[in-house]
Amino acid sequence: MKKINTPLDLNKIKSLKAGQEVCLTGIIYTARDQAHKRLLELIKKGKRLPLDLKGAIIYYCGPAKTPKGKIIGSCGPTTSSRMDEFTPFLLAKGLKGMIGKGSRSQEVKEAIKKHKGIYFITYAGCGALLSKYVRSVKTVAYGDLGPEAILKLEVENFPLIVAIDVNGGCIYGED
Amino acid sequence: MREIKASQIIKAVTELVRRANFILRSDVLSALRSAYRFEKNKRAKTILKAILDNAAYAREKNLAICQDTGIPVVFAEVGQDVKISGDLKAAINKGIKEGYKKYSLRNSIVADPLLRGNPKFSPCIIHTDIVKGNKIKLTILPKGFGCENKSRLMMFKPTAGIEEIKKFIIDAVKSAGPDACPPYIVGVGIGGTADYAGMLAKKALLKKIKLQRGLSPKGTVPGFERELLFEINNLNIGPMGLGGKTTALAVNIQTYPTHIAGLPVSVNISCHALRSARIVL
Repeated sequence: MKKINTPLDLNKIKSLKAGQEVCLTGIIYTARDQAHKRLLELIKKGKRLPLDLKGAIIYYCGPAKTPKGKIIGSCGPTTSSRMDEFTPFLLAKGLKGMIGKGSRSQEVKEAIKKHKGIYFITYAGCGALLSKYVRSVKTVAYGDLGPEAILKLEVENFPLIVAIDVNGGCIYGED
Repeated sequence: MREIKASQIIKAVTELVRRANFILRSDVLSALRSAYRFEKNKRAKTILKAILDNAAYAREKNLAICQDTGIPVVFAEVGQDVKISGDLKAAINKGIKEGYKKYSLRNSIVADPLLRGNPKFSPCIIHTDIVKGNKIKLTILPKGFGCENKSRLMMFKPTAGIEEIKKFIIDAVKSAGPDACPPYIVGVGIGGTADYAGMLAKKALLKKIKLQRGLSPKGTVPGFERELLFEINNLNIGPMGLGGKTTALAVNIQTYPTHIAGLPVSVNISCHALRSARIVL
């Protein structure tokens, strides 16, 4: 299986095709609904973001609480389409990759193609299993949002499937 | 009158929280194993294997099967010959809060749906029913919202045919598509009122999943469930929406008498991680 590392750049992802399985090692940032809303407000106001989006990967995930003695609790993907209205703005700011579950809007597909980004899916509803691939967790921003905080996760061989590739090729076919 | 103390209810709910979130329902597990055996699509098989591995790992390591530990829905069937010492609803919520905290589950509840704010463990949704007898039956269903968001309600005309209803249910599954963690368990409520049909659809998810063997007579609820399951599994949505024969593990229908002027139909979809647990006090 193809291995990739973060941060992403076009050279690392341009050969990946929708449907291909890869495993990822490096840094990913969790962000879901409320964090996206806040990031977009900052972008619209021209303010500095709490994380550097350049070459970054956002994981649509709000983990369960961390049990004693463990690195992280259950941490599977949430439904990506809820983030669709925010995604093109983040891609324009340098975001390169996204991890989630399910389909994306036509606008997101076009933005991915335009900015040469990539959208991955991972095993949905398998949060316990996915916790095995996380090596460390650190809160980066929005701790007040609880499970919706932006966390920096260090992952090793995290299993992914390419869902939308840099050319806009999509695993779910055309709408 | 038989007395049941609030403290007994708190303890029972805390235990239900653990069982529901760590141990996948045995009927769901059997349905997944059977799907894994019969699935021909290679990728679908790999995903079903990951789902089974996830359930085993969650159970072994005391981890939540899914990080979305849901909005806990609690059905409390209270015998009319029971005297509760203490506050029933407060006790249920306390059990939820203590259980979710103790077992490191997720605080997914915002106090105000419009203002949102910092998520908490409670309150849960409580449906109470007064029944005969001197016992209390408590059922917890932690409902994830990826699939809850795909719920549907249609107020059909009373003259609507079975084909129209079928199309509505199948369309609900199609529109959930790859998003809500297929293979699904499709809960359907038919009859009652708009709100009651919604409740029936949710309760249908508590019905034990039967592996479909043999024939069920046409025109009966089991026959209708079977027909729907067959058609849904021909949609080629499959696990994670990546194709295959396993789009749903079951279609469960609950019905209730309704008004001459209407025919409410509600669909409540569950992801493959259909979690619930029950206890009788």
